[in-house]
Amino acid sequence: MKVTPTETAGQRLGRTTRRRAAESVVRVLIYAAGLLSIVILLAIAVFLFVEARRSIAEVGLGTMLTGTKWFPTGTPKIFGFLPLIIGSLMVTGVALVVFVPVGIGAAVYISEFSAGWLKEVTKTVIEFMAAVPSVVYGFLGVAVLIPWVKTAFGLTSGMTALTGGLVLGVMSLPTVISISEDALHAVPDALRQGSLALGNTRWQTAYKVVVPSASSGIFAGVMLGLGRAIGETMAVLMLTGNAAVIPTNIFESVRTMTGTIAAEMGEVVFGGLHYSVLFSVGLVLFGITFVINLAADLVLERQRKRWRR
Amino acid sequence: MVMSAVLEEVAMEAPFSGTGRSRTYAEGAEEISGSFSLTDVSVAYGNETVIAGVDMLVPSRAVTALIGPSGCGKSTLLRCFNRMNDEIGNVRVGGTITLDGLDIYQKSIDPVDLRMRVGQVFQRPNPFPMSIYDNVAFGPRTQGIRKREELDAIIEDALRDAALWEEVQNHLKKHAFELSGGQQQRLCIARALATRPEVLLMDEPASALDPISTQQIEDTIAELKDRVTIVIVTHNMQQAARISDQTAFMLRESMDQPAHLVEVGDTKRMFTNPNDKRTESYITGRFG
Repeated sequence: MKVTPTETAGQRLGRTTRRRAAESVVRVLIYAAGLLSIVILLAIAVFLFVEARRSIAEVGLGTMLTGTKWFPTGTPKIFGFLPLIIGSLMVTGVALVVFVPVGIGAAVYISEFSAGWLKEVTKTVIEFMAAVPSVVYGFLGVAVLIPWVKTAFGLTSGMTALTGGLVLGVMSLPTVISISEDALHAVPDALRQGSLALGNTRWQTAYKVVVPSASSGIFAGVMLGLGRAIGETMAVLMLTGNAAVIPTNIFESVRTMTGTIAAEMGEVVFGGLHYSVLFSVGLVLFGITFVINLAADLVLERQRKRWRR
Repeated sequence: MVMSAVLEEVAMEAPFSGTGRSRTYAEGAEEISGSFSLTDVSVAYGNETVIAGVDMLVPSRAVTALIGPSGCGKSTLLRCFNRMNDEIGNVRVGGTITLDGLDIYQKSIDPVDLRMRVGQVFQRPNPFPMSIYDNVAFGPRTQGIRKREELDAIIEDALRDAALWEEVQNHLKKHAFELSGGQQQRLCIARALATRPEVLLMDEPASALDPISTQQIEDTIAELKDRVTIVIVTHNMQQAARISDQTAFMLRESMDQPAHLVEVGDTKRMFTNPNDKRTESYITGRFG
């Protein structure tokens, strides 16, 4: 093809300019996608706050946070969050006791001891666990765990903080395992080799070198599992019995913050005081999970910097 | 055959001097010599034999250098000495390797125990993410040493032997990652020495370091060799010539056949008057 010099130069310049333009369009789109998540998060916070404004003005945030009784439909109406907050914490605490040892143990097994097809199968099954809807976990709890807890501990009802916590623990496992496993996987192989060459067994290497090296990532996994557990609604609603009384032990029925919102939202007057109070509960929940996730993120970021030498 | 003549020569000339030892190795070290003997050693990854027919002696308390072009199996052979190949799946080691007459691949030998006697320093410094003190104390603690004074003494000795004590004696609680690359590598040498091994394997220990740090590592090796047997893999011919007493030259002549030992012998003789043409070509830089 015959091309005159002026054409070539001009077309080339034109093409570059067009490419630049395309690039800046793509960049704006990507920025927008990134910003969108921040905007959504802020919008949720603002929305919660706006809807909760009435309850904060009429009841007072302090009164709600320190109130020990929850009688939203009684006379007089009492909106104390403590039974709900303690209920949530108790169920989450039980879950923590389940998912910390099991989750870290499973992550160490997958990362340090399993190999080949077994490793792949285990990882896939754990990802599957995350995909099971929470209501299905609730079914399992109702069918299996509630009768078991009732007979095993000789209780009048199997709907307890323990029951909900056990199921929540299992539900949080995929989060804890996959994040911990990533952290263990990121530990340089040179450290394992160094430890083995010093006459440590693989087990000693795992718990003396690899796990401590991955500790911040494992911690982050635990925090995210915690966030998952405290925010879970459906399974606890089905399993904990939902008595809004400050519990004294894990064999009592409890009502969580999430369960309260889900159960009562359908029955309140739109825009009424009770409605607004439920948004305050949501605001508290949002605050708790936000702090937990933020802490996990900060820790993860520190770990990433550590291996980037 | 040439090979056996070379072996005899090495055995004769090997410096078995046990003098000038520090107190670290004084007790119980006399009856232990730390010499390896390899007979018809081969290594296979799955079905592919990568090293075959290696016969050599590693004399006690001397430096043996393994040289050869990249991919000739030097590091793989080195990992046979402390059975680190066991940790990589699908690796089979054939033939016989004995440490002071003891077959290290026999069933009754636990590789974990073996590795306490045969330490290793890796190509890149790999300190654990903990303090300098805890790094060096790692091996002794595994051996069950818990007493503070005992650990303190072992750590000081090991750091002195690795020529790092002067620089870190006031910073033992500092995180190991705060040290420079060269210091980290000497820390790893100290860490390996702290279990009081008879043999120290070094896999290109200076290849990731600057010239000054390399010099310090080489000085450390020279200091150590009358107390501990050293087997070092190196790419650097000058380094092999400078620091080793015995040199073994390995070569894999084509991808279809396994690597083998071309020549092994006294370093001075190998570098001045090699028996084999291929050794001469490699040493003079004609290939590799």
